[in-house]
Amino acid sequence: MDKIIGTVNGIDFTMGSALLELSYLIAALLFVFGLKLLSHPETARRGNLWAAGGMLLAMITTTLLHKNANGDGIPLANVWIIMAAIGVGSAIGWIVARKVKMTAMPQLVSLYNATGGAASALVALLEFPNAQAGDIGSLLVTILGLIIGAIAFSGSMVAYGKLDGKVGDIMAGYMKYINVILLAGTLALGAYIIISGQQPDELGWAIYTLFAAALLYGVLFVMPIGGADMPVVISLLNSFTGIAAAMAGFIYNNEAMILGGILVGAAGSILTLLMCKAMNRSLLNVIIGSFGGGGTAIDREKGIIKEISLSDAAVLLSYSQKVAIVPGYGLAVAQAQHIAHELDTLLEGKGVEVRYAIHPVAGRMPGHMNVLLAEADVPYEKLVEMDDINPDMPNIDVVVVIGANDVVNPAALDDPSSPIYGMPIIMAHQAKNIIVMKRGMGKGYAGIENFLFFNDKTRMLFGNAKDSLQKLVAEIKSM
Amino acid sequence: MEQILSFFFSYKEAIFIIALSIFLGIEVISNVPAVLHTPLMSGANAISGVVIIAGIIVVGHANLAHFSLALVLGILALIFGTLNVVGGFAVTDRMLEMFKKKKK
Repeated sequence: MDKIIGTVNGIDFTMGSALLELSYLIAALLFVFGLKLLSHPETARRGNLWAAGGMLLAMITTTLLHKNANGDGIPLANVWIIMAAIGVGSAIGWIVARKVKMTAMPQLVSLYNATGGAASALVALLEFPNAQAGDIGSLLVTILGLIIGAIAFSGSMVAYGKLDGKVGDIMAGYMKYINVILLAGTLALGAYIIISGQQPDELGWAIYTLFAAALLYGVLFVMPIGGADMPVVISLLNSFTGIAAAMAGFIYNNEAMILGGILVGAAGSILTLLMCKAMNRSLLNVIIGSFGGGGTAIDREKGIIKEISLSDAAVLLSYSQKVAIVPGYGLAVAQAQHIAHELDTLLEGKGVEVRYAIHPVAGRMPGHMNVLLAEADVPYEKLVEMDDINPDMPNIDVVVVIGANDVVNPAALDDPSSPIYGMPIIMAHQAKNIIVMKRGMGKGYAGIENFLFFNDKTRMLFGNAKDSLQKLVAEIKSM
Repeated sequence: MEQILSFFFSYKEAIFIIALSIFLGIEVISNVPAVLHTPLMSGANAISGVVIIAGIIVVGHANLAHFSLALVLGILALIFGTLNVVGGFAVTDRMLEMFKKKKK
């Protein structure tokens, strides 16, 4: 393996290093291929395995074949340490991934995203002393890797805390000014390190300050964002981790890392834009804009809220032909997905056609409702996307809104003063009857009145989603 | 102008790779159905753990003769990277397994 077999640009290379580069090419192709398969339902699981295979290959060949600048391979003692570290990481990662409840999935995805960002930031921090003063290209990627990785880490940790209910939203108006100043300061310090021309070992203070500032920015940047904006911020952080990994790839001139990282960065950015589009807001608006309030107030004296009794609801649903369930974050909070599935099978048994109408930003991460309902064994053919169910809305006898609010608010269509004006919604108000399950008359995340609740065709079933559904299922069974 | 052009020329391979991979990423992901948003995100997240290769290189060539902060941070990076990779792929597989099961 160590035999020199050729020379490129004056550098001798051995069979081992040629094989290593070949394995990186294969790994990169497997990432692309895996991601491609992941975007189709039938092949998704295979795609995930292909990508994992690519990663395993790159890990093994790097350990066996990588050589440093002096041409030395990795000594056996170091191999043991590598294997021990990978063993620890694998064991924890695997056990947590298998054991955690499906309802905790958004938290877990954020947590793993945080670890990826941390790894990239640490690598950049470690490689900084090896950079050459004045080599703008390599300093640039090191600094960018450090900043982006650190933001991805601390931002994802805050997102994790929020999704897990451990951290609340802080939405003070002055936060956005602090954030802009902090970001500008971080970038200025980064630029200074790159162009100052000082040796890296003279800049130790600067690099650690930069690391700390980026970590702090990550925290403050995610802090004010919450609720319906979570899917946007989670996919954005995901894309950051990818870009940070790509930057680390440039430090090592490693094409598998560069390609893998940029692929993830691009995919994450697309998902971010999709989520923004689903809310009709720009990314900038999500990040610095404060959201909520405003809109036409409803005169609560005039607006009439009608409640529905359990038995009426049971009768209405049982004698319908078409029912659509609109799930929202309230369903996830109440963990009512299993009982919702019980309701739909019960109704199907009575010959009612039941479908779930899924809004792209329902829940707290992209596709949250799909995962939640899949966990409850709801067949995914029953999960219908917003654009596919809306044309059929006028033919639907009953729409059951469970813990969703802004995504069915008709103010998005006809109230230009509303903050959600222009956001695509599920046209629940066009159905023949609407039952809204809600804990109380509180406003949704956007903090605005929902005209749907005051609609003539709407009746409310107040209470925790899980309790209401349980009682409703019992009522239908006893009919 | 001269500086920009010389920067471009010095790093032209890298810039080519960036431009083409961005395009590739966009092409590969576009038209993904909403039902796959979460698994796609979490699978992509696992791929970003590719930084683990850097962790292996750092720890692999670290001098074990004496204790250093670099070694500790390197091992930490390696553990974090592995968590991202193994946890990410495992959790994605678990989600997709659920989707599969219901497809009769």
